[in-house]
Amino acid sequence: MKSNSISRLGFATLTLVGHLGRVALFLGHIGRVAVRRPYRLRRLVNEVFDSGVLSLAIVCLSGATVGAVLGLQGYTTLSRFGAAGSLGAVVGLSLVRELGPVLTALLVTGRAGSAMAAEIASMVTTGQIDGLRMMSVDPVDFVIAPKALAMLIALPMLSALFISFGFFGGYLVGVELLGLDGGTYISSLEGSIDFQDDVAQSLVKSTVFAALVGTIATYRGFHAEPTSAGVSAATTGTVVVASLAILLFDYVITALWSV
Amino acid sequence: MQPSPIRDFIVGLFVLAGLGAIAYLSIQVGGLSYKGPGGLELIASFDEIGGLAPRAPVAISGVKVGQVSRIKLDPQLRARVTLDLDPTLELPVDTRASIRTSGLLGDQFIALEPGAEEQMLRSGEEIAFSDSALSIERLIGKFVNNAGMDDEEKK
Repeated sequence: MKSNSISRLGFATLTLVGHLGRVALFLGHIGRVAVRRPYRLRRLVNEVFDSGVLSLAIVCLSGATVGAVLGLQGYTTLSRFGAAGSLGAVVGLSLVRELGPVLTALLVTGRAGSAMAAEIASMVTTGQIDGLRMMSVDPVDFVIAPKALAMLIALPMLSALFISFGFFGGYLVGVELLGLDGGTYISSLEGSIDFQDDVAQSLVKSTVFAALVGTIATYRGFHAEPTSAGVSAATTGTVVVASLAILLFDYVITALWSV
Repeated sequence: MQPSPIRDFIVGLFVLAGLGAIAYLSIQVGGLSYKGPGGLELIASFDEIGGLAPRAPVAISGVKVGQVSRIKLDPQLRARVTLDLDPTLELPVDTRASIRTSGLLGDQFIALEPGAEEQMLRSGEEIAFSDSALSIERLIGKFVNNAGMDDEEKK
């Protein structure tokens, strides 16, 4: 009985290590075909359109809403201490350091990552990936790499747009609605944010999250069971694993940055 | 997949907007800017800088003219603060630098009070006169001690 549970632990560990190894090989494969001719720019542009441009509306709208909520919540708390003038700093720092990269990555995981995994998984299910192999076209080169790279390009930009729209949302609530001075808001915002501590951290975070989402979505899709249940499992798995990975890496990057 | 000029154009716009947002965050908000040569760099030493931090503003009569670029401890164990100022400024050698607080709970900044000498400070020179930060805790401590002593004397 006891040896049974120990061997189950061993099996789980081996499965995990096997997964990590396959992910590493998969990543190496993507990296190899990405730097090798042909570059497949046409497919890359189309993928940037699918995961970047089509996510624009939800990302900008969420950014403005989150900024507005931060403005409202921050104002209520800060005005208790007579420090409503620091509203810009509160909105700016929370958006740049945490909410911008993390929420954008979560939104893009749900909006584009899941679609990516489902598309690849249904290509596996309907034999299109095998068809590519039969024509001696490397499916990783033709299908996977453009999708993963598009995520890497689109997510940092979406995150920067999210943050900018968040500033605007905070401005709308703080200045237009609650009557704070516009100059105070903007100077407190710009004065509190540092490039090295805050903006660079934000960009590094969103790039790492982009790599995570791109890898997990394409890996789960590509290694899906060729059944309809496999497609749904790949989609669900992508959203769950990518969301957890984003939050975990967010903590790790924040902790490492302040060392 | 067919080439589609409209789609390419939209993706191009998206990339431009994204790069624009990143540039806005880095340059306007993050304060990453190219500093040309010849910025006026002055040094001021203080016994106590309180909560002064790099990038704190430097002001003359309340107008911002530069910022704190570095804070280090000198061999005499005083705080050595490097100020990066507008190169067009002409400050007399008897300029005084003092650490002030904007408002009761506000951030600390350095206020410069120009003196009356004919000779001007050049880049890399040190400001001779300085006032340290006022620490409210220390003031209260002094006040409480003095009050205590007064009571002793009365007895």
